[in-house]
Amino acid sequence: MKPAHRLPNYLARHAQVALNSLGRLYRSPLASLMTAAVIGIALALPSGLYLLTGNLQQLSSQWDGSASISLFLHSNVSPQQSRALHGKLQGWAEIERLQLITPEQALAEFRTLSGFGEALEALDENPLPFVLTLKPAQAHADAGSATRLLKKLRGLPEVELAQLDLQWVQRFNAIIDIVRRSIWVLAVLLGLAVLLITGNTIRLEIQNRRDEIEITKLIGGTNGFIRRPFLYSGFWYGVIGAVLAALLVELAFLQLHGPVRQLAALYQSGFSLDTLSAAEGLALLLAGASLGLLGAWLAVGRHLAAIEPA
Amino acid sequence: MIRFDNVYKRYPEGKEALQGVSFHLHKGAMAFLTGHSGAGKSTLLKLVALIERATRGQLFLDGENLSRTPKRRIPFLRRKIGMIFQNYRLLFDRTVFDNVALPLVIAGYRHQDIGRRVRAALDKVGLLDKERALPIMLSGGEQQRVGIARAVVNKPPLLIADEPTGNLDPELSADIMHLFEQFNQVGVTVLIASHDLDLISTMPYTQIRLHEGRLVRSRRPAGP
Repeated sequence: MKPAHRLPNYLARHAQVALNSLGRLYRSPLASLMTAAVIGIALALPSGLYLLTGNLQQLSSQWDGSASISLFLHSNVSPQQSRALHGKLQGWAEIERLQLITPEQALAEFRTLSGFGEALEALDENPLPFVLTLKPAQAHADAGSATRLLKKLRGLPEVELAQLDLQWVQRFNAIIDIVRRSIWVLAVLLGLAVLLITGNTIRLEIQNRRDEIEITKLIGGTNGFIRRPFLYSGFWYGVIGAVLAALLVELAFLQLHGPVRQLAALYQSGFSLDTLSAAEGLALLLAGASLGLLGAWLAVGRHLAAIEPA
Repeated sequence: MIRFDNVYKRYPEGKEALQGVSFHLHKGAMAFLTGHSGAGKSTLLKLVALIERATRGQLFLDGENLSRTPKRRIPFLRRKIGMIFQNYRLLFDRTVFDNVALPLVIAGYRHQDIGRRVRAALDKVGLLDKERALPIMLSGGEQQRVGIARAVVNKPPLLIADEPTGNLDPELSADIMHLFEQFNQVGVTVLIASHDLDLISTMPYTQIRLHEGRLVRSRRPAGP
């Protein structure tokens, strides 16, 4: 054999073994699909949760940059006084944007968005106070400065309640962080499960093909040659499992899509769920393939050496 | 081709399978290994194929000292040996063609070469028309000929056979032995373990006889 022929020949042999292994899975479709489905579910669970929390984080980051402060004025503050305060605050350097919401505007908005429209009809007077919403200037948007600004605003006599909306965003983010970390733990555990599933499946396959392995060893098959089809089987299990996982995640998110859009509309947000990006899909595929391969490798390492012709 | 130098083999259970066996089978020779069951015939062949290792003594295959062969070299040594078994050891879920092709696939031959060589080997054993059949569809004699085709397809310098005619009737056995003679005539060294003394005695080849693990005598063929 000429050296020039060797590499293409080697690759061709690998391609052939890979196809043979796939064909072997295809010949027992139910058993193969069941193994792949278990792997798929194990992979879908952490990736779905990860994607979900990613969406929540993205949602909160939309609010994060627009940390706003709401000032609820005393109900006895007159419209003139409110406008005067509005004018005064506009002069402050810490404040970038300021908006005055009259009780009428607030009521109208509440009526359209809350769904309590009819109940509001029953009220003889508008219970809502004047509200000033403001956005701190960029230099004062961090948590510390925003809190200082909040203190200063609370000192104003017209103000009954000053609320920094950032607080709950921060708490929300902290919770999401904890959830994300637990998902990683879950992912590691389920990844381990995938290893065990492929390992066990490959172990059974090795046992079923014991005669073939012995004969191959007798006529000069190296361990590498014997190992190869089993490694490819593990690889395919992982790949098919990952594809199933991606399908499951997409399907689940498709179910969530409508309700989430409805909810977002209630909050006047154009937010919609992000599903798997191309990069994330590729990462899932890679994770599945390498877990399958690794599981097969472990099984093959343990069980193949034990089979020697006698 | 094969040289045994005071070889002992004791199995872990304590049975002495071979005791002080020495002989030399020259390149291109053909010989029978005879003796009752349990005399050590199979053990001797297993030592040659490195399925078992000698407890003491030295043995050489094609000049290589087998007592020093590292494990990873074993597959490559086995490619020099065509092995034939009493129960054929075919893969029953593969066609005749695929069974015979296996040694070539293992050795990494190219696709085109494999087809050519497999057909040549099948032609030699008279099964060219059966290449698409599954082994289960063949008679015992035909299955053994598939086994022989597989053993010779990569043209090994040595053929060893363990009771190759053990499951066949006398007429088929003679056919199979005749096949071995043909391979020997083109230069292949052949060593056959058999207790079919009626058949062997009609053939002019060396007999290596074992009794309870010892070499009893090595009879030269009669005649000039």
